[in-house]
Amino acid sequence: MTKLKKGNPIKHFLIEYNTYIIFLVLLIVCTILSPDFFTAMNLRNLALQQSAPVIIAIGMLFVILTGGIDLSVGSLMAFGSSFAAVLIMNYGIHFVPAILIAMCAALLLGMFTGVLVAYAKMQGFVASLAMMTIARGVAFILTQGRPIRVDEGTLDLLVNRNFHFPIIIISVIIVIIFFLIQKFTAYGRIVIAVGSNSTAVQLAGIRVKRYIVSVYAISAILASLGGVYIAARASTGSATIGMGQELDAIAAVVIGGASLAGGRGFVFRTVIGALVLALIGNIMNLMAVPSYPQDVIRGFIIIAAVLLQVLTSKQEQTV
Amino acid sequence: MQSNSRLEMKHISKQFGGVTALDEVSFEIKPGEVHALIGENGAGKSTLMKILSGAYQKDKGEILLEGQLAKINTPKDAIDLGVAVIYQEFMLAPDLTVAENIMIDKLSTGKGIINWRKLKILAKEQLSKLGFDEIDPGAKVGSLSVAYQQVVEICKCLTRNAKVLVLDEPTAVLTFTEIQKLFEIINRLKNEGVSIVYISHRLEEIFELSDRITILKDGGYVGCVNTNEIDKHRLVTMMVGRELNQLFPDRHAKIGEEILRVEALHAGKLVNDVSFCLRAGEVLGFSGLVGAGRTETMRALFGVDPKESGKVTYFGKEIIFKEPKQAIQQGLGLLSEDRKKQGLMLEQSIRINTTLAAMHKAVNKFGIVNHKKEKEYVKEILGSISTKYGSPEDNVNSLSGGNQQKVALAKWIAADCKCIILDEPTRGVDVGAKMEIYKLINELAEKGVGVIMISSEMPEIIGMCDRVIVMRQGIVSGELTRDELSEDNLIKSAMGV
Repeated sequence: MTKLKKGNPIKHFLIEYNTYIIFLVLLIVCTILSPDFFTAMNLRNLALQQSAPVIIAIGMLFVILTGGIDLSVGSLMAFGSSFAAVLIMNYGIHFVPAILIAMCAALLLGMFTGVLVAYAKMQGFVASLAMMTIARGVAFILTQGRPIRVDEGTLDLLVNRNFHFPIIIISVIIVIIFFLIQKFTAYGRIVIAVGSNSTAVQLAGIRVKRYIVSVYAISAILASLGGVYIAARASTGSATIGMGQELDAIAAVVIGGASLAGGRGFVFRTVIGALVLALIGNIMNLMAVPSYPQDVIRGFIIIAAVLLQVLTSKQEQTV
Repeated sequence: MQSNSRLEMKHISKQFGGVTALDEVSFEIKPGEVHALIGENGAGKSTLMKILSGAYQKDKGEILLEGQLAKINTPKDAIDLGVAVIYQEFMLAPDLTVAENIMIDKLSTGKGIINWRKLKILAKEQLSKLGFDEIDPGAKVGSLSVAYQQVVEICKCLTRNAKVLVLDEPTAVLTFTEIQKLFEIINRLKNEGVSIVYISHRLEEIFELSDRITILKDGGYVGCVNTNEIDKHRLVTMMVGRELNQLFPDRHAKIGEEILRVEALHAGKLVNDVSFCLRAGEVLGFSGLVGAGRTETMRALFGVDPKESGKVTYFGKEIIFKEPKQAIQQGLGLLSEDRKKQGLMLEQSIRINTTLAAMHKAVNKFGIVNHKKEKEYVKEILGSISTKYGSPEDNVNSLSGGNQQKVALAKWIAADCKCIILDEPTRGVDVGAKMEIYKLINELAEKGVGVIMISSEMPEIIGMCDRVIVMRQGIVSGELTRDELSEDNLIKSAMGV
């Protein structure tokens, strides 16, 4: 078939940047709907709140790019938050090494999921479902079911105004690093290739299994860090946080234009996907919409956003 | 044969965007006729048949069935009018039984209750009409061989009272004996008055089966001829639009030292005590029926599948390739037989596909890809094998079959192979692209690369190979030198007579 040139540049622009356009429209709508929305305080709160979901969605994106899925991220948040808090309070470890140790432990759990998927040929859905209950269970064991309050001068420094809110800065850096990885490194290329046709990649002399293990490991590290963020904001490590966070992360990736079959997905657009979800929640809170209808509305907005993706990408194919 | 037509497609035109896919193409078929439709890939055969089956809408022209103007807007219209198309990829549900698949459109009668016994009896009836009593209507379709699946697909169409049956490359996946069986079915249907449109790249089959041939080229109508009034040479000229003096170009390769020796290789059921050797600059053919163990031998050698025993000597050193990565590092390449499932990432760009096995060339020691260098490199390689494409950023599935295969080959050329295994390198590509691939194989051999070519097409084996290994049921059943090569000898070896 002959390659066709796109006729209409405006249409092409709309198709190419639909995620960003949805986001902008939503931003404008929110500003109009509530005078409290476009204020420094609300935006700063949003940024603090969304630092965790954004990096977790990035981890999910890399798993989804390989054609897998990671349902364990919510539980790994709880694990990261609980483990870090226990290390600080019960063992008196300085909070920086405590966080790093918790992240390394999460890495091992993620690798375990990855090994089940790559070597034991389990489906990502099943392996990560098992890890979801395991990690949550471990978190409860570590905290003995009680929230662990951490001392001032430890985790709370991560959200301290005087240090320019470190978690926001760290998240921005992580997003940029993963954008660069996807765009410019052989690793990013191979992750996408594995999701497109893992047999072809294996026959081209690439050790596919190692890459599959690595994406689950990355996802676990970022999830545990996200859990630490939440602990920092509440000054409390807890085994009950992050429930359902995996679904938000998947929704963000999908709104960002990724294919759940693998091989297609974008870092910045995933971030926007997470922020779209955040804006919806935020504006409904500001307008005092009760929580149950909020869920219903959120669900429909996810459908609308993804439907728009599907429709525009169909356009792309038939133009 | 009656003189009035069963189906007439008159002056059909179709455009995609600004590109003309069909321009005033006409096609006509009589009851009880086998009418071959041929043309290179991209000539418009599939588009024409998709219009007939209701998958596409025509822009201009008309379709007449039994002399009556037919409106075909959806696939259901086509089925209701008795037009059935069997594509290369079957439309079967592998987890359902044979009977369920054959009667699938009778399952939703609206009554909610299915008479399974009756369903099975009806399916059985249809199967035995075609002479396939051995297929169990209760068996899962996924457990059947490809040939039987094809029979099920044909039965499914016949229960819908298909009067026009389109077969798109039906023999591409069949073995020699299975092809003979298919031909029997076709002749039987023909005698019952079914009109059969037969699409194939294999000219031998067309001459054996068809009454008439319609030739398309670049979306245009070239002509319609009676099969018994034309020879192969003239037919190819009509298809390609130029003289193809020689299908198999000359090779001036110097056959050098032995580079690969495989001794007593065992791997699974289909690789039993296989031994052979390959020299630099040599094209070594692997012939045999589908399922004789040729692909399995190469996969075991290349380190994809595990080996049980055997000795491999490669460039004078004894070595066992444990995984493809190791083989590729030593300059061994494997072009797999199924480019869609195992060779290419269809949804990714031509650039990414071309450099997949040789990414190290455009990557620095920190793992960062130099896109500019990579793009230039891709253009250079694809240019050197005259691949037609728009931009390296286009998806591979925007290319024709022949050009897709060239991208799959380019991947191994980029990897600088010293020895390359080509598994059915010309499967599903048209005559013009075939010749270019042969030329490419010759160029590789002339550079001193050792080439192993697995092929089920005997003319290709005879035209291209210096030496041929024949396999049968997992063992080497013969080795033929260039002088001994003939279809006769190959068949005898392959069948074990």
